[in-house]
Amino acid sequence: MKEKQNKISVQDLTISYGDFVLMEHVNFDVKKGDVFIIMGGSGCGKSSMLRALTGLVPPSKGNIFINDINFTKASQFQKDEIMKKCGILYQSGALFSSMTLAENIALPLQQYTNYSTKLISELVSLKLALVGLSGFEDFYPSEISGGMKKRAGLARALALDPEIVYFDEPSAGLDPISSKLLDDLIIEINQSLGTTIVVVTHELSSIFAIGTNSIFLDAEQKGVGAYGDPKQLLKNPPNQKVLNFLTRGEKKNA
Amino acid sequence: MLKFETKNKELHILLKEDIIHYDNTPDKTQLYALADKSTSVNINAAELKLWDSTLLVILYQIAKITQKNNIPLHFENMPENLQHLIELSIEVDRKPSLQTSRKSPFLEVVGIFALGLYQSLNRAVSFIGQTLQSWGRFFKGKAILRKADFLFSLEDCGYKAIGIMSLVSFMVGLILAFVGAIQLKTFGAQIYVASLVTIGMTRIMGAIMAGIIMSGRTGASYAATIGTMQVNEEIDALKTMGIPVIDFLVLPRMLSLIISMPILTVLADFMGMLGGAFVGVIMLDISPQEYWKFSVDALNLTNFLVGVFHGFVFGIIIALSGCYYGINCGRNADSVGLSTTKAVVSSIVLMIVATGIITMIFEVCGI
Repeated sequence: MKEKQNKISVQDLTISYGDFVLMEHVNFDVKKGDVFIIMGGSGCGKSSMLRALTGLVPPSKGNIFINDINFTKASQFQKDEIMKKCGILYQSGALFSSMTLAENIALPLQQYTNYSTKLISELVSLKLALVGLSGFEDFYPSEISGGMKKRAGLARALALDPEIVYFDEPSAGLDPISSKLLDDLIIEINQSLGTTIVVVTHELSSIFAIGTNSIFLDAEQKGVGAYGDPKQLLKNPPNQKVLNFLTRGEKKNA
Repeated sequence: MLKFETKNKELHILLKEDIIHYDNTPDKTQLYALADKSTSVNINAAELKLWDSTLLVILYQIAKITQKNNIPLHFENMPENLQHLIELSIEVDRKPSLQTSRKSPFLEVVGIFALGLYQSLNRAVSFIGQTLQSWGRFFKGKAILRKADFLFSLEDCGYKAIGIMSLVSFMVGLILAFVGAIQLKTFGAQIYVASLVTIGMTRIMGAIMAGIIMSGRTGASYAATIGTMQVNEEIDALKTMGIPVIDFLVLPRMLSLIISMPILTVLADFMGMLGGAFVGVIMLDISPQEYWKFSVDALNLTNFLVGVFHGFVFGIIIALSGCYYGINCGRNADSVGLSTTKAVVSSIVLMIVATGIITMIFEVCGI
């Protein structure tokens, strides 16, 4: 079988804040069409890894390749070109509070396409319908619930039909049903659109429900503690820490 | 009731009846000292009835002492829930992994301060540079800003500020006239209050009052709004969408202040003069016609334009300061408050510095 193409390749990555090294010598690949999970305990650097992958934190060492282009060393123009193909759903949704949902979703379309106002409006309605928010075009973020904000954030992330979508703790602050619905939506997007998905989370139910590949970041080791399909990691945990994490500390022997 | 005694270096503690709100410091100090020197500690709670956290804190301290000195600790007839709580508190009692405080040598403190100052200057210069680039894009028609944001901002720092601006400037004109009149009256020259207020307000006071009001009102609002956007990851979202943050957030705000500040300065001038007239006509018995004549005589186009120019410069300073501290805000609620304070304080300081520099330049140029 032909091996899947690398969408993201992280090579010998070090992230530090001042003198404090958060993680070092991190290596992993995200294949095209994967739902890739970045997991680990609190403070292990999951969100920092996501910030590095999206260009918000420059790594102290190492390289990140996206679509075989060195994202770390790319010019701002190249970075913008790469980021056009990426969507991000932030933990809080990060919707612009002064804009309606329609204006939020239209923003990247106005920025990067020459589409007519009518087409943009149609696309906005479509993206909102895809995430189950049809009819909420004229609502402001303050007028909708936390779960709806995340869905609207996802609609914005999907605006430009991205090849990669990053999710930062999608289940955070959601009730179990909303969380499950968001997981289903992630799977739907991955399967229907073939989008590569990178999810930062520590929600076990989400990890097993959606993850096809993963890394476990270990704060003590300052790097990758495990790499592989989360279900396989649960069956054959490489070490006690991974087993503890994946079973909430309920199984004692790796 | 809490009783304790030492037999053959063994500490026996008896917990009886109700031990609630127990705060006997000398007893506790003695108990801990005895526990520290003992070879074993036995706690008997056979007769304990009611207890609360004030007992738990004593038992927790004793458990810590015994754990530290490897002294055997025995519980007898201890209520199950109380014993669980003690075990739980000992279990999670671990030292913080990060060093929280350390006394730094003087040179290190100086070095850290100098480095911080350098980094702040670097950030400020870089922000000004980016803003200039953004203006370049604006004049080429390539800046990305929403008309709606600009209009909203213009409305906010324009006509919505008229009320407070009018009131404060009127009062300043009134005060200026009062203070001037006290001195001028001694020479019988109270009519010159009109000239004093007119020159004072148009040349600088109108602009300064407009600057201070707008700094507290609009500059603070810019810092808080943009700071909250930083906390809510909205700025991250803009950056990752490839939308220049300065174009999108700073330009509309700066543009609206640059437009509104000179107009508000003119309003402040007029309202200040009106305040002066109120004092002159009502308190000093100067006729309105006379006051008007002296005011018009003192009104000078150069002074008026100098005031308007100050307003323009203050508009730039307030917008830059508010937006800079907003964008460089941390990611928690405290940081938003801190950024807002810094934005107001630094814009007022910068306005005073700018006034000094402009005054010197105009003095040299003979304006």
